[in-house]
Amino acid sequence: MSVPKENIRNFSIIAHIDHGKSTLADRLLELTDSVAKRDMTAQLLDNMDLERERGITIKAHAVKLNYTAKDGQEYELNLIDTPGHVDFNYEVSRSLAACDGAVLIVDASQGIEAQTLANTYLALDHNLELVPVINKIDLPAADPERVAAEVEDIIGLDCSNAPRVSAKTGENVEQVLERIVQDVPAPTADENLPLRALIFDSIYDSYRGVIVYVRVMDGKIKAGDTMRMMATGAQFTVVEVGYMRATSLEPTDVLTAGEVGYITASIKTVSDARVGDTVTTAENPAAEPLPGYRKVNPMVFCGIYPADGADYESLRDALQKLQLNDAALSYEPETSGALGFGFRCGFLGLLHLEIIQERLEREYNLDLVTTVPSVIYKIHTSDGSILEIDNPTNYPDPAIITDCEEPMTNAHIYAPNDYVGAIMELCQDRRGTFKDMTYISSDRVDIHYELPLNEIIYDFFDTLKSRTRGYASFDYELAQYQPSKLVKLDVLLNGDVIDALSFIIHSDKAYGRARKIAEKLKDNIPRQMFEIPIQIAIGGKVIARETVKAMRKDVLAKCYGGDITRKKKLLEKQKEGKKRMRQFGTVEVPQEAFMAVLKLDDDN
Amino acid sequence: MMTTELPGLYIHVPFCSSKCPYCDFYSLVASDELKDRYTDALIKNIILYNNQVGGAFSTVYFGGGTPSLLGSERLSSILNNVSRTPDCEVTVECNPSDLCKNWSFKDMEALVKAGANRISMGMQSAVDEERKALGRQADREQVKRAVELVKSAGIDNFSLDLMLGIPHQTIDSIKESIEFCAENGAKHVSSYLLKIEQGTPFEKVEKLLNLPDEDECCDMYLAACKCLEEHGYKQYEISNFAVPSYESRHNLIYWDCREYLGLGASAHSFIGGKRFYFERDINKFIEEAQPIQDGEGGSFEEYVMLRLRLNEGLQSDQVRARFGFDIPPEMLERARKFEKNGMAKVTETSISLTTEGFLVSNAIIANLLN
Repeated sequence: MSVPKENIRNFSIIAHIDHGKSTLADRLLELTDSVAKRDMTAQLLDNMDLERERGITIKAHAVKLNYTAKDGQEYELNLIDTPGHVDFNYEVSRSLAACDGAVLIVDASQGIEAQTLANTYLALDHNLELVPVINKIDLPAADPERVAAEVEDIIGLDCSNAPRVSAKTGENVEQVLERIVQDVPAPTADENLPLRALIFDSIYDSYRGVIVYVRVMDGKIKAGDTMRMMATGAQFTVVEVGYMRATSLEPTDVLTAGEVGYITASIKTVSDARVGDTVTTAENPAAEPLPGYRKVNPMVFCGIYPADGADYESLRDALQKLQLNDAALSYEPETSGALGFGFRCGFLGLLHLEIIQERLEREYNLDLVTTVPSVIYKIHTSDGSILEIDNPTNYPDPAIITDCEEPMTNAHIYAPNDYVGAIMELCQDRRGTFKDMTYISSDRVDIHYELPLNEIIYDFFDTLKSRTRGYASFDYELAQYQPSKLVKLDVLLNGDVIDALSFIIHSDKAYGRARKIAEKLKDNIPRQMFEIPIQIAIGGKVIARETVKAMRKDVLAKCYGGDITRKKKLLEKQKEGKKRMRQFGTVEVPQEAFMAVLKLDDDN
Repeated sequence: MMTTELPGLYIHVPFCSSKCPYCDFYSLVASDELKDRYTDALIKNIILYNNQVGGAFSTVYFGGGTPSLLGSERLSSILNNVSRTPDCEVTVECNPSDLCKNWSFKDMEALVKAGANRISMGMQSAVDEERKALGRQADREQVKRAVELVKSAGIDNFSLDLMLGIPHQTIDSIKESIEFCAENGAKHVSSYLLKIEQGTPFEKVEKLLNLPDEDECCDMYLAACKCLEEHGYKQYEISNFAVPSYESRHNLIYWDCREYLGLGASAHSFIGGKRFYFERDINKFIEEAQPIQDGEGGSFEEYVMLRLRLNEGLQSDQVRARFGFDIPPEMLERARKFEKNGMAKVTETSISLTTEGFLVSNAIIANLLN
């Protein structure tokens, strides 16, 4: 089965979102006869429904392709597909570290976008050989030569040999395979050294336990070896090793240096096989792990509660199952006076949050209420201690706070220069600090801002998209903490604080946000039997208020001619409506009101 | 549950000379031939019931539609087949325009002879502009003449309908309509808030109707209740007002959750603990269609829902007599919340709603039943 080391090519495909990464992967699978025609579905590697729908890759995937090149030789191509979103930057970097080269796809009409560059820099950081490919030449607006020139100018890659392809129609795609064979170097590997294998992903399988995806850098591994995770120290006896095929796993006797494959060892949770960790053997351990491992920490937090309290157990089970497959997801039980029992969950970013939320709702059929997302704030108190606060509930008494810090990001926005004004206005409004602006072509710019993370997690991307008619792309990385004036806003309904609606915000924005929240709540809380004062307060000081007037009249169904069915139905409806309401003291709040407050953005 | 009470009889007459744009009751324009066949079918059903169950009815109510369109003769022949208690209340709904155009004194006299002793007329408003907006044909003078006809035949127990929250209406014009009722000797007034029903012409043009908003409707309702009271009409149900002792005994059967037989297309029944109804299809009814079962009736929930429409409300002794228990203490407890803001009156043994409470009765009842 194996080919000589010189004929192995380990590569990934990088691209901006929607530039055709998954479609090109499909074509490569077809051209190498890796999938039977009947098993072929669009975007085969994105096998989660959510991935296909959103057109994004959430989990890394890997697949081994066999290709007989024009030189007549047999090659083993290992395609490692990477997640394509800033939230998953660390995962991307680990996938790239497992490769020796990367195919860089650029859309022939759109040209270079934010993630094109972000991913290119990541790839260059890992010394990968880049194979530029101009995709979507079938589009009417395609201008491959202009885009090729852009790639040469901005990235400095020679595009004279870059395949101009249409992954959609399959045109010229075989040229991509030839370029991979010719340009991507074979792995340099020594199988006589102690084992060092880089984990670039792990998935949970209910029958085999965790399946660990690795690139073997040095040495070899086979069934029966005792594998050791160098960062966590966990040890397991290897049950099976093998290669990833497009639709199945293919066991083999031994994985040797230079190869990409999988290991199973009855591992119970993915947190024992963390992405980026180095696998060695207990029998002949390596002295040093591979560089680059870090434990990923959640950056964005929110409370997730079952809409129906009875679903608490199901929610816990669902989170547990999702975590088996997602070491970056954290959760711990929390209680809210308003929402009852739920979980405080940590995520890599807002997309990660949305994905988890959607998967909980879709795959586990749960009806959820989530609270306003928060970042981790550092609060210095008068006794000299520093509190890390990710939950407004734990925000200390303002009297003992001496200083606050909030996390910042370095953000890059790429857009046609027509939108510079709109973008700068948005960033300014989000408390951004302008860093610089460079032209990436005659009519497109890269605007660099320093933005607080907590401004990004409130609908920033959606607002950016709407203000630039979808033309802007956006990428960010975490930067340092910075002193900030923070306050905690409380929402009071009928005088009672609704803990689930509290959040931490910069003091300059408190008044504006408070007014909007009060209005939104007023619009979304139906009239009830009593007048309901809505107050938004900082500490004891009310800074915005509205009133939901008392309901005076509901539907008076006639009971004419003894027909009481209508009346009964009305009553049923009324009771049904009550079930969708959350009771806060005397006030009933529909879930839509929570959603409305969460979706609060600047444009309405 | 066994009841020794005699049931009421409701007869639905689904005929109208034209369809009012706000109405979603089952009705259609019919030929004399269809009216005859329908009358025969009603009589056949009455006889069938008599043969199977027997006994007399304590009330009879012809509703519609427009029962007066059947004409005096058909109505009388139906009545002649109904066994009634000696003091049976027999109500016939009449359309004022129909009475003026098609009914002679003799017709009315014959109907009275056949047993009718109560007339209910769909006046809706005494203000011509408002009546017109509702698509009602008679003007104020015709309504007056229709009332005279009824009275001249010896019926003093008659009711006029008022509609609230209609186009052009003001609190003053409501008072004017109420004064009309009093001046002309009506003993009973039914006063409904206009509700825009799905599928009616009003639904399509609701935006153009310039209807009073929620608050104005409430003010109109409260003003009407007060004004009716001042003219001697005591409120006994959400929408019904009467000079004392002239309450509609038939309608009280519904609100007291007692039993009744409903005959005719779209008529609902509650007999022997079961609810059932005939489909909204006159031909099916004529072709002896079987009624559609609508489950058990008379539960405590139903009882609460219906009784709280009445001024009298829920009374522990009556609840005990029917269900063997008092008003549950937690229900009294919940009701006290509404007493605080003037929506309900609560004692150790009773719960009733105030006029303000009637306006939000759904919310209150849903809350009490939790």
